[in-house]
Amino acid sequence: MITHSNQTADSRHLLEFVLRQGDNALVLGHRMSEWCGTGPALEEDIALANTALDLIGQTQMWLAYAAELEGRDRSANDLAFMRDATDFRNLLLLEQPNRDFGHTMMRQFLFDAYQVPFLQALESSADQRVADIAAKSGREARYHLERSSDIVIALGDGTEESHRRMQDALDRLWSYAGEMFVTDETDIAMHNAAIAPDLKLIHAQWNDTVQARLNKATLAVPDSTFVHKGGKNGVRHEEHLGHMLATMQVLQRSYPNSVW
Amino acid sequence: MADDQASVAQIREWLDAVPDPEIPVISIVDLGIVRDVQWRDDVLDVVITPTYSGCPAMSVIPEDIKTELGRHGINKINISTQIAPVWTTDWLSDKGRANLKGYGIAAPRTTGVPEGCPRCESVDVEKISQFGSTPCKAQWRCKSCLEPFDYFKCI
Repeated sequence: MITHSNQTADSRHLLEFVLRQGDNALVLGHRMSEWCGTGPALEEDIALANTALDLIGQTQMWLAYAAELEGRDRSANDLAFMRDATDFRNLLLLEQPNRDFGHTMMRQFLFDAYQVPFLQALESSADQRVADIAAKSGREARYHLERSSDIVIALGDGTEESHRRMQDALDRLWSYAGEMFVTDETDIAMHNAAIAPDLKLIHAQWNDTVQARLNKATLAVPDSTFVHKGGKNGVRHEEHLGHMLATMQVLQRSYPNSVW
Repeated sequence: MADDQASVAQIREWLDAVPDPEIPVISIVDLGIVRDVQWRDDVLDVVITPTYSGCPAMSVIPEDIKTELGRHGINKINISTQIAPVWTTDWLSDKGRANLKGYGIAAPRTTGVPEGCPRCESVDVEKISQFGSTPCKAQWRCKSCLEPFDYFKCI
């Protein structure tokens, strides 16, 4: 029998965990939507927007659950549009600006390669709601990984210019990838409760996928082991997130509770 | 249950007249979106399932269901969304698959490759993009008749 205080701690960790998933999907989804109408080719523009749409759909499922767990009578929309940057729990990798198409697809690839095994593990989560959302999102993540891998390989092993840009993107983003595998007390609590997997296992799978595909893309994996941290626990977001939210939230901030 | 209540089979038939908002040649029943229909006293519970998480049609479909069933005198309807077990393209009916083809959209296949060009049947086809005009479609091209076509993504 677990004590009352432990239960409270566990439910706090579950809320934190679910918020992280929702914020990852929301922030990356919004970044992808910033490409709408400016993609390098019509097909890619449509693909970027559709990827964004999948992620925003996943956000709705995660944040609706987070809002229920929170029990403060807030909706998924409230969580998305009325929280400040310090309340967000997304990975720093995902708030990085789009820069060029190469950066955008490299960021997507590094995340997809994590998201696929991670969601697959969550499908057998002890928390049924988490398992259901993971099953739904996982199929979409697999599809996203197929596309982001193809593009990273095609552009990495492409022209001199495309290769240079992909290597730049990898070098710049590499130190942000490690945060996906940083294990804190929430991750430990979720793993102990059989709600989420041990991130070490996901890291190993991620490494295999990423190494193999970057090799195929003729890109050099950076030596650096430095890891930027502070996004998933909300302690130290970069300035990019604030700017992004200023645009994303302006309508709800200016006209609170307005609806279509 | 009141005697004058329509049967669930009848209601499913009526729902088969509700087109998918983005691909009007297939109904929401063909697509496998309608998961359950049940009377709870005088309220009709309809459970629907999203195809893709972010599919914008999911906000239109409940309205379309209410309008269609309202025409048959059913006005107390409770529509809920359920995501598990997860929807897959296997839920598409045979009638739905045939209608897609007639409309110029190649039906989904587990191989990830369309059976052939929906216009000229040629199997000499290539992928243009993994995504298309809606979240559920990819863009392909026929190398025989040179026409581009939509392929219903398989998930």
